[in-house]
Amino acid sequence: MASSSHIQNSEALETETKRESQLAAERAKKHLKSRRAREWRFKLWGRAAVLFALASLIWLLFSLAGTGFTAFQQNFMTLDVELTESVISPDGTRDPQELRGANYRRVLQETMYDLFPEVTERRERRDLFALTSASGATHQIRLMVYNDPSLIGQTVTLTVPTSDNVDQLLKGYIDRDLPESLRKVSNEQIVWIDSLKKRGIIKKKFNTILFTHPDSRDPELAGIAGAVVGSIMIVVIAFLLALPIGVGSALYLDEFAPKNKWTDLIEININNLAAVPSIVFGLLGLAIFINFMGLSRSIPLVGGMVLALRAFPTIVVATRAALRSVGPGIVNGALSLGASHTQSVFQQKLPLAAPGILTGSIIAMAQVLGETAPLLMIGMVAFVTEVPNSVTDPSTALPVQIFLWSDSAERAWSERTAAAIIILLVILILMNGLAIWLRNRLEKRR
Amino acid sequence: MDIQNPKFVCRDVRVHYGDFEALHGINIDIADRGVTAFIGPSGCGKSTFLRTFNRMNDTIEGARVSGSVTMDGQDIYDKGLDPVLLRARVGMVFQKPNPFPKSIYDNVAYGPKIHGMTSGKAEMDALVERSLRRAGLWEEVKDRLKIAGTGLSGGQQQRLVIARAIAVNPEVILMDEPASALDPIATAKLEALIQELKERYCIIIVTHSMAQAARVSDKTAFFYMGDLIEYDATEKIFTNPGDTRTQDYITGRTG
Amino acid sequence: MDQIILYILILMVVLTVGGFIYNKNLALDRYLSSRAHEEIGTTLLKGSGWHSQASYHGYFTAWVVGFCSFLLFVAGLYFRNGSEVYDLIWLALVLASGVCIVFLLNRKISPEFAARTWVERFIHFCLIVLSFIAVLTTFGIVLSLLFESLRFFSKVSFLDFLFGLQWSPQTALRADQAGQSGSFGAVPIFAGTFLIMLVAMTIAGPVGLMIAIYLSEYASAATRKIVKPLIEILAGIPTVVYGFFALLTVGPTIRNFAETLGFSVPTQSALAAGVVMGVMIIPLISSLSDDVINAVPQSLRDGSYALGATKSETMKQVVFKGALPGIIGAFLLAVSRAIGETMIVVMAAGRAANLTGNPFEAVTTVTVQIVALLTGDQEFDSPKTLAAFALGLVLFVITLILNMIALSVVRRYRERYD
Repeated sequence: MASSSHIQNSEALETETKRESQLAAERAKKHLKSRRAREWRFKLWGRAAVLFALASLIWLLFSLAGTGFTAFQQNFMTLDVELTESVISPDGTRDPQELRGANYRRVLQETMYDLFPEVTERRERRDLFALTSASGATHQIRLMVYNDPSLIGQTVTLTVPTSDNVDQLLKGYIDRDLPESLRKVSNEQIVWIDSLKKRGIIKKKFNTILFTHPDSRDPELAGIAGAVVGSIMIVVIAFLLALPIGVGSALYLDEFAPKNKWTDLIEININNLAAVPSIVFGLLGLAIFINFMGLSRSIPLVGGMVLALRAFPTIVVATRAALRSVGPGIVNGALSLGASHTQSVFQQKLPLAAPGILTGSIIAMAQVLGETAPLLMIGMVAFVTEVPNSVTDPSTALPVQIFLWSDSAERAWSERTAAAIIILLVILILMNGLAIWLRNRLEKRR
Repeated sequence: MDIQNPKFVCRDVRVHYGDFEALHGINIDIADRGVTAFIGPSGCGKSTFLRTFNRMNDTIEGARVSGSVTMDGQDIYDKGLDPVLLRARVGMVFQKPNPFPKSIYDNVAYGPKIHGMTSGKAEMDALVERSLRRAGLWEEVKDRLKIAGTGLSGGQQQRLVIARAIAVNPEVILMDEPASALDPIATAKLEALIQELKERYCIIIVTHSMAQAARVSDKTAFFYMGDLIEYDATEKIFTNPGDTRTQDYITGRTG
Repeated sequence: MDQIILYILILMVVLTVGGFIYNKNLALDRYLSSRAHEEIGTTLLKGSGWHSQASYHGYFTAWVVGFCSFLLFVAGLYFRNGSEVYDLIWLALVLASGVCIVFLLNRKISPEFAARTWVERFIHFCLIVLSFIAVLTTFGIVLSLLFESLRFFSKVSFLDFLFGLQWSPQTALRADQAGQSGSFGAVPIFAGTFLIMLVAMTIAGPVGLMIAIYLSEYASAATRKIVKPLIEILAGIPTVVYGFFALLTVGPTIRNFAETLGFSVPTQSALAAGVVMGVMIIPLISSLSDDVINAVPQSLRDGSYALGATKSETMKQVVFKGALPGIIGAFLLAVSRAIGETMIVVMAAGRAANLTGNPFEAVTTVTVQIVALLTGDQEFDSPKTLAAFALGLVLFVITLILNMIALSVVRRYRERYD
C-alpha cells in the first residue's frame, strides 16, 4: 500500500512538473519574439557603428581627394621673351651686379603687351600683366640671364605659371556668370585668357612647382619641397635618437634590470610618456632645448630631438613585445654553449626580434612624420621660403606646412593644402606598407 | 656506490625556487666516462638537478643552489668561476630541439666562434666537419650546410644540437629528455649516437622512459620527491632494486 | 661646422677603429702562438685557455679609446677660445692620448684578462643610461612646466587663474594699454575643453564600443579581416589632416545644415571640432575595448548561452559586466587623448574664450590657448607666454591622472583573467 501511494504521489508530481514546464515554455515563446527583435536591433546598432566609422573615413578621403587632385595640374604660359639689351643692361657692360638687379619685370611686361597690341591704356595694361605670375617669371628670367649673359639680345622661350586667379578660372572654380564686381577676374581679363588659351599660349600641365619649390606668398609658386626636406631631417634625427634609446631601454628592462622599485619607476615612466599629449613635449622642447640650452628656434635639429622623445616609448613597447616573442630555447641554447648572457641576448635574441623592432620603429616614425603640435611650440611655424641645407637651418615640416596653408581661405590655397595632405598620406601609407612588407619578408626567412 | 675518479662529486645539494625546496640534499658521484641516467616521476627534481651541473639554474629568477658540486675537484659554484667557462666544458641538449634559426654551419660554428677557438675559415671548416661527423649528421647534411638548421627534421635537429655542443669540445654532455619530442626511428638513431659518444664524454641523461634508461645507461639514479632514492649500476636497478619505491616506479605502480 | 671639429671627429673614429683592429690582431697572434702545438679547438679553459676571445680585447680597446677621446673632445669644445694654436694642441692631444692608450692596453692582452666582462659591463652601463632618459624626460617635463608656472603664479594669483571667468591675455600686449595685466581666468577654457571632449566622447564612446562588440561577437572572420585595418587607418591619419577636414568639410556642412533649419552657426564650432575628434578617437576605443572583450573567458559566455541567452543578452549582461573595468579604462584613455588633442581644435574650434555650454558656438580649449600664446612674437617673461606653461601644467597633471587610473584599472582587469 505504502508503495502504491508513493507511486501515485510521484505521478501527480510528474504531471505537475510537466504542466509547469509547458507553461514556462509558452511564456518563453511569447517572450522570444521580443527577445529576437532586441537581438536584431542590437546587431543593427553594431553594423551602424561600423558603417559610421567607414563612412567617415570615406568622406574624409573623398573630400580631400576632391579638393586636392586639381592642384596636381596647373596652367602655364609659354612666352617668347625678348631679352632687350637696352632694358637689361642699358650701358652694355653686362656687369653681374647689374644683371642681378636689372629690370626684368619690364622685359616681361613688354612681352605681355606685345601679345595684345590693342591694349594701350595704363589700367588695362596692369590687368593684362596681372595674368602672369610676375614674381615667379621675373625670377626665372633673372636666373637665366645671370647664368648666361650671352642670351641678352636674343629671344628665349619661357614657361611660367599663370597667376592663381587665371588658374582657378580655367579650372572652373571662379564662376564666369557672377557679376563682375563679385569676381576676382574682370570681363576683359576673361577675354584675354580665352584668347591666350585659344592661341595655345596657356596650357595645363603637371604641377612640378608643387614638388620642387619651397613655400611662397603666391599660391602658384608655392611648393612643399622645403617642408619635405625639413620633415625628412626631423624623421631621420628622431629615428637616430629614438631607436637606440627605445631598444636600449627595452633591452635593459627586459633582459638585464633587476626587478626592483627603480626599474618599476622606469617602466611606469615609459608607459605614461606614451600617453602624454604631444603638445606637452613641445613645451618641454621650448623650455629645455631652446630657452635653457640655447638652441635656435625653427630648426629641424630641435624638432627631431623633441619628436624622438615623443616616439621612443612606442619603440620600447614594440621592442619588448618582439623580445618576448622569441622563445627561451634560443637563449638557453646559446647559454649552454658557454655564451654569456649578454652574448646570447645580443647575438641570438636581438637578431630574431629585429623584424618586430623595425616594424615598430617605422610605425613610430610614421607618427613622427604626422606630428604637428610640438613643432608649433618650437617655432617651426615660421614662413620659410628656402629649402633648408642643414639641420640647423630654419625650416618647416610637411604637416606644419599643411597647417600654415590651411589658414588661407582662397580656393588656390585650399586645393594645395589638400594636395599636400594627399602627398603626406601617400608617404604614410608607403611607410606602413614598408613596415608590413619587411615584417612578412623577415619572418619568412626564419 | 663507489666510483673511481668521479667527474662530479655532489654533496648535500639543495635547490630552492623562492621558498620552495625542490631538492633536499643530494649526494652523488658521477663517473668520468659512460652514461648516467636520472629517472623518476615528473616533478621529482631530476631536471632541476641536471641543470646544477652547468649552472643553468642561475638563469632562473629566484633559484638558489646550496651544497657543493665539484668537477674534477674544482667547486663549480665557486665565486671566482665564470659560469660561462663552465658551460663551455659542460654541454647541454634540451628536451625540444633548439637549433638557432641560422644555417647548419653557423649553428655548429657559433660556440667555437664565441670562444675564439679557431683562426681562419679552414680551421673552422675542419671543426664543423669533425663535430657533425661525431654527431652522425655529416653524411646527411654535408651538401647543404648553408640551409637553415630549423629546416631539418626533429631527429636531425637534435643531432645538430649535439654537434653544436661537441664543437666546443666539452667534457660532459647533459641531456634533458632528448628523445621526448622524437619519433621511434629518430630515437633509435639518437640512442646509437649516445652509445658512440660515451667513449669520449661523460654523459648525464634525464629520461622519463625507463626502457631508454635501461638501453643506453651504465648507471641509473632514481629520484623521488626531491630525494635521490637509489643509485646503482643500471642492471641492478632494473633487475634487483633495493628500495620499494624504485620497485614501484619501474614496475609502473607509481609515476 | 668648424673644420677642426670635423677633423677631430674623424680622428676619433680612426683611433677607435684602429685601436680595435690593432689590439684584436695582437690578441689573436698571442693566442695562436700559445696554442701552436695543439689540436684545433682543444685548448680551452684547461689552465692555458683564454678568458676572452681576441675580438673582445679589441672591443675593450675601442671602448676605452673612444670614451677618452670623447671626453677630451667635449672638454676641448668647452674651453675653446678660437686661437689656432689651441686647436692644434687640442688635435694633438686627442691623437696622442688615443695612440698611448692603444699601446698601454697592449700589455693587458693576456689569457687572464677578462676583456669580455669589461666590455659587457660597459654595454650594461650604456643600457642603463639609455633607459634613464625616460626618467629624465618626465623629470624635464615636470621641472620645466613647474618652473615656468611658478613664475606665472608670482604675477597672477593661482586662484584667479583656476576660478576666474574672464580670459583675455591679448590685452596685455603693450604695457601702456589699459588693463595691461590682462585677465587670466581659465574657467572658460576648461569649460570649452570639457565641452568638446564631451561631444567627442558622445560620438566615439558608443560607436567605438559597438564596433568592438560587433567585430568580436558578430562579424565573420572575413569581415573582421577587412574592417579592422580600415578602422585602424583612422588612427594613423595625422591630426592636422582631421583639422583640415573639420575646417574644409565638416564645419561648412554643419553651418549649411543649420542654415536650412533657420539658425546660424559659425564654421568654427565646438560641434565641428568635437565630431571630427570623435571620429579620430573611435579606433582607440574600439581596439582597446576589443582587447578587453576578448579577454573575458569563453567559459563565461558558454555559461550564459547554455541558459538559453541570446548573443546580445550574453553581451549586455555577462560579457559587458565582466569587461566593464577594462572598458572604463579605455574610455579614460580616450578622454585623456581628447583633452590633449591639439591640431583639430586649433583649426576647427576657434580662439574666442566663450563660457558656454552650447556646442554650436565657437569655444576654445587648453591646447588651443597654449598654441595661441606661444606662436607669434613673444617675450619670454611676459605673463602671456608664462600662462601657456601654466595651462600646460594643468593639461599634464589631468592627463597624467587619467592615464594612471586607466592603466592601473586595465592592469588589474588583465590580472583577473590571466
